Amino acid sequence: MAEPAPSSRGGRGRSLAAHVVLCLASLAMLYPLLWMLASSFKPETDIFGSASLWPRHFSLEAYWRGWSGLQVTFGKFFINSLIVSLCCVVGNVMSCSLAAYAFARLNFRGKNVWFALMLGTLMLPYHVTLIPQYVLFLNLGWVDTFLPLIVPKFLAVDAFFIFLLVQFFRSIPRELDEAAMIDGCGPWRIYRTVILPLSLPALATAGIFTFIWTWDDFFGPLVYLNDMNSYTVQLGLRSFVDSTGKSDWGALFAMSTLTLLPVFAFFLFFQRLLIDGIATTGLKG
Amino acid sequence: MADAVIDAGPRRAQTAVSADETSWRGSAGGYLFLAPWLLGFFGLTLGPALASLYLSFTDFDLLGTPRWVGAANYVRIATSDDKFVAAMHVTFLYVALAVPLKLAFALMVAMILNKGIRGLPLYRAMFYLPSLIGASVAIAVLWRQLFAGDGLLNQALALVGIRGPSWISDPDTSLYTLVALSVWQFGSPMIIFLAGLRQISKDVYEAAEIDGASRSQQFWRITLPLLTPVIFFNAVVQTIDAFKAFTPAFIISGGTGGPIDSTLFYTLYLYQEAFAYFRMGYASALAWILVLIIAAFTALAFLSSRYWVHYDG
Repeated sequence: MAEPAPSSRGGRGRSLAAHVVLCLASLAMLYPLLWMLASSFKPETDIFGSASLWPRHFSLEAYWRGWSGLQVTFGKFFINSLIVSLCCVVGNVMSCSLAAYAFARLNFRGKNVWFALMLGTLMLPYHVTLIPQYVLFLNLGWVDTFLPLIVPKFLAVDAFFIFLLVQFFRSIPRELDEAAMIDGCGPWRIYRTVILPLSLPALATAGIFTFIWTWDDFFGPLVYLNDMNSYTVQLGLRSFVDSTGKSDWGALFAMSTLTLLPVFAFFLFFQRLLIDGIATTGLKG
Repeated sequence: MADAVIDAGPRRAQTAVSADETSWRGSAGGYLFLAPWLLGFFGLTLGPALASLYLSFTDFDLLGTPRWVGAANYVRIATSDDKFVAAMHVTFLYVALAVPLKLAFALMVAMILNKGIRGLPLYRAMFYLPSLIGASVAIAVLWRQLFAGDGLLNQALALVGIRGPSWISDPDTSLYTLVALSVWQFGSPMIIFLAGLRQISKDVYEAAEIDGASRSQQFWRITLPLLTPVIFFNAVVQTIDAFKAFTPAFIISGGTGGPIDSTLFYTLYLYQEAFAYFRMGYASALAWILVLIIAAFTALAFLSSRYWVHYDG
């Protein structure tokens, strides 16, 4: 984007001051994260000795201790989280894009009512559906499986993403649909061959946010997963906190860092999409 | 792009006429595409919401059948539940502190960033990062350490000769550590503010400058009024979000909401009632009260918006 250069000398001084303020502010904000990262490489005795960011003795020992600190290793938790998150991504992208296509492009009776109801569910706190959903999944025998976490995503319960995709689909010129219709395409082929390929950025945004939110989700797994073999990383980390208490901060920081890594990776590679996604729709991020 | 949310209205209206003219037969295609959502809406949203409304008038421990008790749950909540009072107090205090502080911070940083500063994408990314990871258990763990008696903050304070309290385990300060955690995540409203600031035309400021308006006059008379739709949007979203906060309080207090209920967020109390004591009827009543509170706040925001939110034209 075009950034107008500061014109006058006063402008330059102000801009320098702004840089100083911003640098200090970002350092203050990120310092705890950097310190956690550094501490995860320090031997236990060094963590509280210094607030420094550079370990005097570099050691990976905390990672080994943490990895197998519970009776189930973190490897299992990571696999579980990966399965749940990827399934949720597929579910959300598929079901939300189908619903969004219907709302953005197809004409059918009662559409406006459904659209209003869909927007209404945005406001509804999940607590109000929580208990009957739990009873339902319990009776289906789904507690302690990943199904209560995954199946709802295939039924487009995240109205946020429907809304995001509706906005994006509406920005695609209708002439493209009409040309495809003249060529004899029905709605399904238009959806698959025109709308979806042109919406990759929006679909990617929905997918990435779904991944990150599912990865970070603590409440859902807390309610539905009791057996440690089915724990996600967030639950594993929480059990680790409870079992080590304050005794092994090194291992705790090492595992905390590991659970954040996938989110960092997405952040590094897809920053643009994430930030545009928030700016466009006001996703909570 | 920032106000996509806000201009969804008119475009939706255009399709209204044609949709109603469509015959039921011609509607089959639309309903086919909508089928997964409809199933989810009835099976996982509307159905369960009505069921929980029913359960809120019953005594239900998950094993037996729900026993109708009339309004007893609501009466108990309103008259003789000290924990409910504590949870309301904690939650409202949290919302009242965290939301304005977070938004003020977000707006301040957005205004500095909007001055055409070099390296904007880098700064924006750094400020946004905490929003992305703030709800995770790892950050709650880190927070617990930062504000512990022998934590990083007190080590820093010790350098200047101050002996800090144990912020997490002191009931007078524990909630403020959670407020700090929320303010730390000011990045996502900041991005929305930035997008909003960019929509304000430079001409307005130039005209104001020619008329001799000072910087603070420009802020109060131009920036703030033109930004009210974005402020409104951010305030509503952040308030609803703050009412729903759960993970940090759960991890920091070890699931108890302690010390002495000082971090007993409403959602944490609800969780305890439902999944620690299996009082499902009572928890359902709590859930419906949460809905009413959020609905009341949202309604209040929308009703008051006539008086302070300025839309163009």
